[in-house]
Amino acid sequence: MKAFTQLDGLAAPMDRANVDTDMIIPKQFLKSIKRSGFGPNLFDELRYLDEGRPGEDCSQRPINPEFPLNHARYQGASVLLARENFGCGSSREHAPWALEDYGFRCVIAPSFADIFFNNCFKNGILPIVLPADVVENLFSEMYSSEGYRLLVDLPAQTITTPAGDVINFDVDAFRKHCLINGLDDIGLTLQDADAIRDFEKNWQQKSPWLFREHRA
Amino acid sequence: MASQTLYDKLWAAHLVKERDDGTALIYIDRQLVHEVTSPQAFEGLRLAGRQPWRVSANIATPDHNVPTVLAERSAGVSGIQDEISRIQVQTLDDNCDEFGITEFSINDERQGIVHVVGPEQGATLPGMTVVCGDSHTATHGALGALAHGIGTSEVEHVLATQCLIQKKSKNMLVRIDGKLGAGVTAKDVVLAVIGKIGTAGGTGYAIEFGGQVIRDMSMEGRMTICNMAIEAGARVGMVAVDETTINYVKGRPFAPNEQEWEQAVSYWQTLHSDPDAHFDAVVELDGSSIEPQVTWGTSPEMVAAVGAVVPAPNDFSDPVKRSACERALTYMGLSAGQAITDITLDRVFIGSCTNSRIEDLREAAAVVKGKKVAESLKEALVVPGSGLVKKQAEAEGLDKIFTEAGLQWREPGCSMCLAMNADKLGAGEHCASTSNRNFEGRQGFGGRTHLVSPAMAAAAAIAGHFVDVREWI
Ligand code: SF4
Repeated sequence: MKAFTQLDGLAAPMDRANVDTDMIIPKQFLKSIKRSGFGPNLFDELRYLDEGRPGEDCSQRPINPEFPLNHARYQGASVLLARENFGCGSSREHAPWALEDYGFRCVIAPSFADIFFNNCFKNGILPIVLPADVVENLFSEMYSSEGYRLLVDLPAQTITTPAGDVINFDVDAFRKHCLINGLDDIGLTLQDADAIRDFEKNWQQKSPWLFREHRA
Repeated sequence: MASQTLYDKLWAAHLVKERDDGTALIYIDRQLVHEVTSPQAFEGLRLAGRQPWRVSANIATPDHNVPTVLAERSAGVSGIQDEISRIQVQTLDDNCDEFGITEFSINDERQGIVHVVGPEQGATLPGMTVVCGDSHTATHGALGALAHGIGTSEVEHVLATQCLIQKKSKNMLVRIDGKLGAGVTAKDVVLAVIGKIGTAGGTGYAIEFGGQVIRDMSMEGRMTICNMAIEAGARVGMVAVDETTINYVKGRPFAPNEQEWEQAVSYWQTLHSDPDAHFDAVVELDGSSIEPQVTWGTSPEMVAAVGAVVPAPNDFSDPVKRSACERALTYMGLSAGQAITDITLDRVFIGSCTNSRIEDLREAAAVVKGKKVAESLKEALVVPGSGLVKKQAEAEGLDKIFTEAGLQWREPGCSMCLAMNADKLGAGEHCASTSNRNFEGRQGFGGRTHLVSPAMAAAAAIAGHFVDVREWI
């Protein structure tokens, strides 16, 4: 998992409440054998005018000019400003996979759906909950100034706006630790790599036949 | 040292570290990999820039998606007609190439259902911890191994760390004493166990199967029993090591070589529960009273002896069970009180990781030999569990016996067990199946599955309806 410490990122809007995971990544893309490559189909039904099919070249598809992420000013965004209950619906981990693949590393909203919130942390994305009025403020500042960037500092738990305003946010200490160090379950287990190696050495002495190489 | 169960011993031998939150890091000796649950795990490794911790601990083979018809099979991966299936199988090949994992690919004679291939190659051994992204991994517990299914993120975890984060289960002993009657097989035993304790009866437990019936049983039979531990709710099923186990393992390609053999055997001989070991639950069955079993419903616990009748909802006092029975009867198109032997069949499937080993095929062939399948049957498939089972069966002439009787002899794979390839039931069709799950739609949309032993399936193929195979032998 990618570590998350500071992020100086362009902000983009997803300006509606109750964005569900089907909206984030529609079901037809779940047949994939991959967990990367979902970026081109992020928000597929909002982003394009036709119906998306798995495996097709999205650069040839008619895009929806109304959808903000298609606007030049939001290209390269890595911070998503969102509304209440972001990520509700099915538990598909494909949703954070799609956001991450597109380039988002941080989502700021007044509230999140539970499972989605958890899934973000497992995939290197920082979801930040802020009071609705603070989020509202960020939205209007962003709309009124092109190139609006936010500096997200996870160790300090602060967001700094272009005007220099500093907003504090909460994050669970354990999740913060994992995210700063880029630790997923695997990362955590690998912190015990020495113990695993010691075990393995000892086990190999007792049961050498388990460690013989076989050629197919 | 305090007395230990087999499970306690296997757990303790693989414990890398206990954590404060009650979870433990368990070392994994063998991971079996197939095409359906591994792609995202390999992708995860790639994204994180990780390599497998110990490449040689992993063995792969495609099984769920592979076609079983020779014509489609002979062109290899590129001949698979269903595109999504083809991509999954191809992806397994590519991933194994990239990471250097040993794979028995589609037309290698060692290819087959992971749970048949592992023991057959000696790639799963007594005393091992074995995992696979498949819930029927408990099969390997028959060898005196600690084996269970895992999810895709855990597949990746094992690839990357050679460990799994686990909580210890409780111990259950299922003891089947006495002697099985002629025509009664391992499948009937395990169905009878599930009928007795229910599909959640083993939840939270690691089950050890013991007693005289198990001691007398072949390894194939023990695998059939452990395979369905998950259908009783237990992720782990196992049997203590004895001479039968050791004789089975000897000489297999991945088994210990001559220098290591004695050392291995002396360790394996300790792999049994101590005489006074404590079990949190004990279930006892009398083997001599077990009859051939047939499931009539949509859960493996909905099972009856072949001579019985389909139950009525009112036979169940528990309201949840009563309504489940009602729903199952509707789905299955059966009426309460109907004799099991009156259930007519459209298809017969002999195969799956429960019953596709050589002994299963011999058992079925013995029943159909010199007879013809019923005219009313649409299809009867025999799908060997691996290329080597197929080869052995052909050497014994079993394929001829089947085809002369009118059953189809197919290429190895999971096939109609879960209908991910072209082998499926049509809506409303009844199937006598030697597989392990009779869930709604499992073998095809609207399909009606009856779980039975290979001998019972073979007899049903000839008669066109269920019969008590004991009357035929
Ligand atoms: S045969 Fe059936 S139960 Fe066994 S691994 Fe294949 S699909 Fe799963």
